[in-house]
Amino acid sequence: MFRVTHQTIDLSELVRYVTDAEAGAIVPFIGTTRNHNEGRRVIALDYEAYPEMAEKELARIGAEAQQKWPICKMAIVHRLGPVQIGEASVIIVVSSAHRDAAFAASRFAIEEIKKTVPIWKKEVFEGGEVWIGSQSGEEFKGK
Amino acid sequence: MKIKVKFFAILRERAGASEILKEIPDGSTVGDLWRELQKDYAKLNVPGIRLLYAVNQNYVGGDHRLSDRDEVVFIPPVSGG
Repeated sequence: MFRVTHQTIDLSELVRYVTDAEAGAIVPFIGTTRNHNEGRRVIALDYEAYPEMAEKELARIGAEAQQKWPICKMAIVHRLGPVQIGEASVIIVVSSAHRDAAFAASRFAIEEIKKTVPIWKKEVFEGGEVWIGSQSGEEFKGK
Repeated sequence: MKIKVKFFAILRERAGASEILKEIPDGSTVGDLWRELQKDYAKLNVPGIRLLYAVNQNYVGGDHRLSDRDEVVFIPPVSGG
């Protein structure tokens, strides 16, 4: 299961999805929105995606993980739109016969997401807002 | 030929549009399209930004030749997770 959604991500649904009689381990990773970044107090976050390609890239990451490690199933869901501080922005759940494979695949997936999946985070902080990764200096305009 | 261009994140805000149709000469590359778009939308030029290119939802290089009705997205640095 590889998708983007504007709804709250349901961890238990993803755990059910990867549950497998062959599996001896299920590893969940939950990326959450924190209230500070680079010394700034963050008030809110807003995620935007190129949805068709984002889901395709998430599936590509899943297929690559399947080739690299003997995992049973993987689910990745990324949240879009406004996300409150402390909520899950991304959840990855992997099952495997032995725990090493699931831990490794999970780590691989989150690192790849940050490199290749067309999803962008806008940070709203006290005194401005910025698209993370695209700072030009000019973007720090007051709100 | 006509190319569908979609803008996201900082480029969407700067272009003031999410999606446009752009007429360009046959044989144009993704890089050519980007140069043309910067003439139409001067604010697309974000100093120091590093863009990736996607055609029909696949990453390509700047020298990729476009076909009529391709869907092109200029991808600012991603920041998911």
